[in-house]
Amino acid sequence: MTRPEPAFEALWHAQVFALTVHLNEIGQFTWGDWAARFGATLRRHGLARELNGGEDYFAAWLETLEGVLAETGLADSGDVTALRDAWEAAYLRTPHGAPVRLDDAAG
Amino acid sequence: MPHDHDEPHSLLPSDPALRVKALETLLTRKGLIDPAAVDEIIDTYENRIGPRNGARVVARAWSDPAFHAALMADATAVVAEMGFYGRQGEHMMAVENTAQQHNMVVCTLCSCYPWPLLGIPPGWYKSDAYRARVVREPRRVLADFGVELPPETSVRVWDSTAEMRYLVIPRRPEGSEGMDEEALMALVSRDSMIGTGLARRP
Repeated sequence: MTRPEPAFEALWHAQVFALTVHLNEIGQFTWGDWAARFGATLRRHGLARELNGGEDYFAAWLETLEGVLAETGLADSGDVTALRDAWEAAYLRTPHGAPVRLDDAAG
Repeated sequence: MPHDHDEPHSLLPSDPALRVKALETLLTRKGLIDPAAVDEIIDTYENRIGPRNGARVVARAWSDPAFHAALMADATAVVAEMGFYGRQGEHMMAVENTAQQHNMVVCTLCSCYPWPLLGIPPGWYKSDAYRARVVREPRRVLADFGVELPPETSVRVWDSTAEMRYLVIPRRPEGSEGMDEEALMALVSRDSMIGTGLARRP
């Protein structure tokens, strides 16, 4: 047997994949609707350049998920951006090796 | 010895990684998602689901005529009985290679794939190059994978959807007579179940 390839190239690929599957399983959207939205994003991105199916594939996946969640009001894009910046600040102020935590005030 | 000048702070994740963390944090704070369930899904696909599931189905279809007949008639039910069922409620269909017809699977829309049987698709399956070319010039794509078919074998390409996923049953290789299911499984590569490869010879 050859050594199995890792399922995901990067941790965030696995995280955005699993988050989407979970949201589907708890009934936030059907998989058919998700596939249609995601396919449309891939088509739009693929017009500008040929997608390699790696990082660009999951970038399209994340963009689709952000769009769906913003539209349905589950995750307002302003709130997401604020939390993203709060996480960045948390990483920048946390010494290497220590657990990274958000300020309670953030977001 | 202090050396905090080497690594002044934690390694900053990439922008998309930070955005995913932000989504997860927000949805968790709202009580909409269960982070443990998300982690469980990651663990399942990283460690527990992969092409060995599909290989077991193929090896059993090669060795057990009754199983083979049931699989070709209703793959969804048969693989569910083995514990392989789609989390998204999709249907499965087994398509069998013969001397007359070779089958290949693609998803031209996005990347629909029989996750319960094969795990997460490889990068090339999700690439524009494969998704566009396999429909237009399947034999050239096969040649890129090192597969050459006799001219009398036709190629059929199956386009997956959110509702329907396909598993290619490769031809049982010569020299595998008398091998048991476990031994046969080792001959069934992931690519042979997508149709971009053939089963290995023992």
